[in-house]
Amino acid sequence: MMRKRPMRKYIKPLIGHILKLSIGIIMIYPLIWMVMSSFKETSTIFHSAGRLIPESWDFSNWTRGWTLGTGARVRGVPITFGTYFWNSFWYAGVATLGTLMSSALVAYSFSRGRFFGKRVLFILMLGTLMLPAQILMIPQFLWFHTLGWVGSYRPMIVPAFFAISGFFIYLITNFMNGIPRELDEAAKIDGCSFYGIFARIILPLSVPALITTGLFSFIWRWDDFLGPLLYVRQARQFPASLALRMFADPTVGTDWGALFAMSTLSLVPMVVIFIFTQKYLVEGISTSGLKG
Amino acid sequence: MKAIKQFIFKDNVAAVICALPFIIGFIVFLVVPMLISLYYSFTDFTLLNNPSFVGLRNYTRMLDDARLWRSFKATFYFAFTSVPLRLIFALAVAMLLLKASRMVGIYRAMYYLPSLLGGSVAVSILWRRMFFVDGTINSLLGLVGLNRNFNWLGNTSTAIWTLILLAVWQFGSSMLIFLASLKQIPETLYEAASIDGSSKSRTFFRITLPLLTPTIFFNLVMQMINGFLTFTPAFIITRTGAPADTTLVYTLYMYRMNFEFSSAGYAAAMAWVMLAIIAFFTFILFITKRFWVYEGGYS
Repeated sequence: MMRKRPMRKYIKPLIGHILKLSIGIIMIYPLIWMVMSSFKETSTIFHSAGRLIPESWDFSNWTRGWTLGTGARVRGVPITFGTYFWNSFWYAGVATLGTLMSSALVAYSFSRGRFFGKRVLFILMLGTLMLPAQILMIPQFLWFHTLGWVGSYRPMIVPAFFAISGFFIYLITNFMNGIPRELDEAAKIDGCSFYGIFARIILPLSVPALITTGLFSFIWRWDDFLGPLLYVRQARQFPASLALRMFADPTVGTDWGALFAMSTLSLVPMVVIFIFTQKYLVEGISTSGLKG
Repeated sequence: MKAIKQFIFKDNVAAVICALPFIIGFIVFLVVPMLISLYYSFTDFTLLNNPSFVGLRNYTRMLDDARLWRSFKATFYFAFTSVPLRLIFALAVAMLLLKASRMVGIYRAMYYLPSLLGGSVAVSILWRRMFFVDGTINSLLGLVGLNRNFNWLGNTSTAIWTLILLAVWQFGSSMLIFLASLKQIPETLYEAASIDGSSKSRTFFRITLPLLTPTIFFNLVMQMINGFLTFTPAFIITRTGAPADTTLVYTLYMYRMNFEFSSAGYAAAMAWVMLAIIAFFTFILFITKRFWVYEGGYS
């Protein structure tokens, strides 16, 4: 009996680890499979779909993918994935900048301001959480169509500067509510205005929440497909998400090897962000309890 | 000039000024579009014509639109299976991860990654290809000796399940939320339960689950709404809602109405009907709340 104890002590956790590791491998298997397939010769990807590691490593998918569908040209220069990735990067960056500036300011007002109707406004803001982009798709499209904004990035970028995302306001407001009010009062006694308290005290102390907001905003915009699908018309303006979709169109023969290579590349920025900023992402989801 | 400056620097005025981006954004990018679409929903607008008023015709047309009813069926089937399944998986895996060990960080990262990347076009494209007749799934089934010629995307009962599976696969963020809530349950409650000789399953159903109900409720509401409105995966994986409209989820049909069938007026009416459905379901969930959501705190 005495001998069995150490066995039990190790075997039970070991089974636990095997279980958790198996779930983890099943979870990321599809992603690994795509990465590996991008290194297989296109014609062999699906003969050997059950095998994970390529028999021989082939990098031609990556070079072919970069210039996929170069029928489209701008001033004689073919469009490559360089253009698409730059568009994605630019769109995600500018929209994130707008989201950060406007959301921080509005969150500050919700956290520290006192004015008539603030409660109602806050409830309206929470209400926008229940209106995902898809339900607003047609109404907003009709509005931007009326304004003549279709065919540009304006319908996606301008709203970002007007704190249109309730999720981020909510996240930052919660964080600001946790900053001790004694700090504001001390600054006020020293002659700081409402704006001064924001710029000198609350904003610098809210950096962790702003980082979380910035990361999520960037990732979601990088991922965004619906917005570009509705509003971007010219190939040279396509972000990577839209370009990938175009080359995956079932009506034309699809070069799967090249497509998997570029798909993998489109995920790289998100994986890099995830690896280096896991703490902020996990914290953001855990503390706000949002994002389904 | 000085008076203006004084006015702007008054604390409550300053607070309103700081809230202005949201106030303006809310009106210009939310209220106005909603009202405009309400107007268009009573017209025969096609995006190209001069709209003329048709009364309730778009709304009455819905009743006779057999395709719309198939689309409702696909949408509800998707939402009512994928959301509970995802929450159950998330909770089960969160319970597994609760025990501290050095590996937790790695497991958590592995489970969360699909959730972070799953909404992307790249993953939807991958998913579509995996379920082809000569795709990954059939190859893997072939390895264990099962039928490897099944057409997952072409079969009316399995096509929707490729979308459900993709949604359930992304249980990671719900899992993180459950993990955070689980950690807030005071250890003393579990100690008391174990002193009283409560079994593991009894402790789970009597202590853990009731204390999680507020989290479950909130996630259920948010994910149901998102489930009713799923778009990108269906748009990329089955594109047209094939086969036989079994994957023609509501938003996909609405999109096609607006852009492919030139019925912007009808699409606007569809948006309003969906809004009413979401409001209705949220309302029902809030009514049932007091029967199963525990809000008594931890004492």
